[in-house]
Amino acid sequence: MELLTAIFFTPFVEMWEFPTFFAEVVINGLLTGVMYSLVALGFVLIFKASEIFNFAQGVMVLFAALCLVGLMEFGIPAWIAVILSLAIMVVLALVIERVMLRPLVNQDPFILFMATIGLTFFLEGFGETLWGSNVKRLDIGIPKDVFEYQGILLSQFDIIAAVIGAVLVFGLAIFFTKTPIGRALRAVADDHQAALSIGIPLKTIWVIVWSVSGGVALVAGIMWGAKSGVQFSLSLIALKALPVLILGGLTSISGAIVGGLIIGVGEKVAEIYWGPLIGGAIENWFAYILAMVFLLFRPQGLFGERIIERV
Amino acid sequence: MIYREAGQFKTSYGADQAMLPIAQDRWAVGAAVAVMLIVVPSIANEYMLQAVLIPFLILSLAAIGLNLLTGYAGQLSLGTAAFMAVGGYMAYKFTTAFPGLNLLVVFILSGVCAAGVGLVFGIPSLRIKGFYLAVATLAAQFFLNWTFNKVPWFYNYNSSGTITMPPRELFGVMAAGPEATAETRYFIALVVVIVLTVVAKNLVRGRVGRSWMAIRDMDIAAEIIGFRPYQTKLLAFAISSFYCGVAGAMYLCLYLGSAESEAYSIDLSFEVLFMVIIGGLGSLLGSFLGAAFIVLLPIFLTNAPQLAGFHMPIDVQKHIELMVFGGLIVWFLIVEPRGLARLWQIAKEKLRRWPFPY
Repeated sequence: MELLTAIFFTPFVEMWEFPTFFAEVVINGLLTGVMYSLVALGFVLIFKASEIFNFAQGVMVLFAALCLVGLMEFGIPAWIAVILSLAIMVVLALVIERVMLRPLVNQDPFILFMATIGLTFFLEGFGETLWGSNVKRLDIGIPKDVFEYQGILLSQFDIIAAVIGAVLVFGLAIFFTKTPIGRALRAVADDHQAALSIGIPLKTIWVIVWSVSGGVALVAGIMWGAKSGVQFSLSLIALKALPVLILGGLTSISGAIVGGLIIGVGEKVAEIYWGPLIGGAIENWFAYILAMVFLLFRPQGLFGERIIERV
Repeated sequence: MIYREAGQFKTSYGADQAMLPIAQDRWAVGAAVAVMLIVVPSIANEYMLQAVLIPFLILSLAAIGLNLLTGYAGQLSLGTAAFMAVGGYMAYKFTTAFPGLNLLVVFILSGVCAAGVGLVFGIPSLRIKGFYLAVATLAAQFFLNWTFNKVPWFYNYNSSGTITMPPRELFGVMAAGPEATAETRYFIALVVVIVLTVVAKNLVRGRVGRSWMAIRDMDIAAEIIGFRPYQTKLLAFAISSFYCGVAGAMYLCLYLGSAESEAYSIDLSFEVLFMVIIGGLGSLLGSFLGAAFIVLLPIFLTNAPQLAGFHMPIDVQKHIELMVFGGLIVWFLIVEPRGLARLWQIAKEKLRRWPFPY
């Protein structure tokens, strides 16, 4: 009985009694959620265009951040380093398409998935061989002051990160709907063969998609890296982005955003109000269970394409 | 010339449907088993047994478990290590709660527990498919790891949070714990693996295996011709988890000796998945080949630079190892996406025609 009260009653009372604290938790969750969305976006872009479940997205975040920090350590100014890292990600996309994707065209999605796990190992080793494996600080001049707004403590950094994330998403949305390349990308996502038959070069499109998601990885890497230092654990946020992904639907950009926000808030609220009851540190699996239960009712995720099966 | 079934006449249905219909196959498998049973223990040293052969056997069993689920029933799972963890922790609980219990019974009971957990986490598989399901199985991975870390009942309330296998005898011989010799542990692992492989082989070529494959190839079509998708998928989850659970129990009792929940982390899941993919989806032989490949490759990569005369700092070497490992996996998938088992099949076809390939 006591346990039931503790689960179903006390947390809600607490929420009601301390609304500012609750608001703080929710806002913090939303801000973390934006960061998850950033990582999930990269997944969605690639999955949409090529039906490859790119497990290496997390390590691409790490790799991009490592390149940026490494270049900045040479004394290159930040904005040039960002451009250079972006160039590195584009080259990486080219190499991946050439060496890995092209020979694996038309293989089973499982196989491509495994290949991206292999790529994960490779990039991890490669990045750390190039730039070393100790924790690096990434300082690109975003202020990290904490300020108070109507009794709610907010971190300036998180807000800026959220704004950048929003701008990025907005930019991608325009890129996808208004530009010719974006239209071609959507055509490829819809139907490979139809796209090919009207003369859209599939290989170029893949390079573009991988480059764009390399760019998204760079932004995510900058944000996470500035927040918690550039180190190996950065690549583990990919594991945090996966439930976001399936919650939102593998093929939907808006799904990645909304999913990220839901997971961010859910995770924080659960950790703070229910976590202590069962020993804490539930952040690691809560998102997965949430996503799984959700999928039981809606197997294609929030905004995923309706799954139609024919015999 | 040597590998040819010409002249081997089958005079009964039994012979036609035998597990290994070709005589050469029977001899080869018999010889392999004999070598593993008799020759290997007498020539292998402690290091070989402990670092190579025992993990190879145990991980092959886990790979068979995953192969039943992914290769035969078509349900991609990334939570293998979690089911192994259930096996390991339950083996520890059983053997500390009932010290007199036969070790083999402990293995089976832990496998049954893992099967139960597998059933629960298999429930979403009816609604969720493909990569969505793969991510959903990660829920099992993280949730179970957390449980074994946070619930003290599982490690008998000791302060360190590790589970250590107490000394146990099997038929009067020290079989687990620090005093057990590597040979004994090797023998136990070998016998369990052989028995369970035969069971698996018979499962997949019987009614159960055919229903799994029907579901794998197209579940809606299978449902229409009368297979029950729910029962079939759940059965696949249960049996696969049973295998993984037994493997996990042996991983603790015969290989590690003492473990934390970290021993069964997601890395282990991926390792087993690699074994299945590199060995060949939907092939039991492939599980063994893949396990051998993945167990041997890191050992080779660690020792190769020394043998070739290169000396470099240990951390650089670790990173390069990782790079080579990843690169090799990608290369391998490009060269033969259907795995080592497929290579073996091609070799067999070639052998049949040799020396007259028309």
